[in-house]
Amino acid sequence: MVPISYYLVLSGILFACGVCGFLIKRNIITIFMSIELMLNGVNLSFVAFAAHWHQLAGQVFVFFVMVVAAAEAAVGLAIIIAVYRTRETLNIDQVNLLKL
Amino acid sequence: MLSIHLILFLAFGAVAAAGAINLLVQRHPINAALSLIAVMAALAGEYMLLGAEFVAAVQVIVYAGAIMVLFVFVIMLLNAGVEEQTKGSRVAIVFGVPGMLLGSLLIAWVVLKHSGTGDVAVGALPGAPNVIGQLLFHEFLLPFEVTSILILIAIMGAVVLASKPPVPGGGPAKKVQD
Repeated sequence: MVPISYYLVLSGILFACGVCGFLIKRNIITIFMSIELMLNGVNLSFVAFAAHWHQLAGQVFVFFVMVVAAAEAAVGLAIIIAVYRTRETLNIDQVNLLKL
Repeated sequence: MLSIHLILFLAFGAVAAAGAINLLVQRHPINAALSLIAVMAALAGEYMLLGAEFVAAVQVIVYAGAIMVLFVFVIMLLNAGVEEQTKGSRVAIVFGVPGMLLGSLLIAWVVLKHSGTGDVAVGALPGAPNVIGQLLFHEFLLPFEVTSILILIAIMGAVVLASKPPVPGGGPAKKVQD
């Protein structure tokens, strides 16, 4: 038997690592991966609460989060390719204009 | 007393946390991507412990499989090298790090001491795929259809964004709407 708070602490650790990576990383792809890490941390807390309250709807929400993450990854990586094609760099410090 | 459930939870949790920290430490994007795959596989183990079999399978197939293959593919396509380090701002070091430590300790203390929730048994969820399917196609039918439209729009957006811009000097260039 594992208390639900352990799951929540693990989910918090993953989310905090995602936030740190988002803030301190300079590579645009790594920043994008940090966002995926944050989504994973939230998914874990969804499933832990679903198990605690015996509500299956939490798992369906995780399914929807995964769908949105897949769509986001496809569009985001396409944007990264478009940015790299015009600027020849992946450093976020040199990408400071919205104009392509 | 250490039950087998707690040991399994700690093992998967240690892998997940170590992978997340490794993602922060690594300088090369491909190493970060591989540690993220380790995090996702460990999280699939945690979902299995909670009894969410469907979510665990989808986690491995969609997240660790499809999405991370896309990431690794783009990293190799763009030939991404080691990232340059920039000096962190002084405000972040003076205020950010102690504030973050204090906040995380506070949150962990509150969650551990005052959650007042019981234990979660192994396989606490009836997370078999047929149950999820019943829920998904009856109660959540409209959101499910809306996500299919979202996926369609995402596919079209990815194709438009990643396609090559027209060549200025003539030739059979593809027309791309800006």
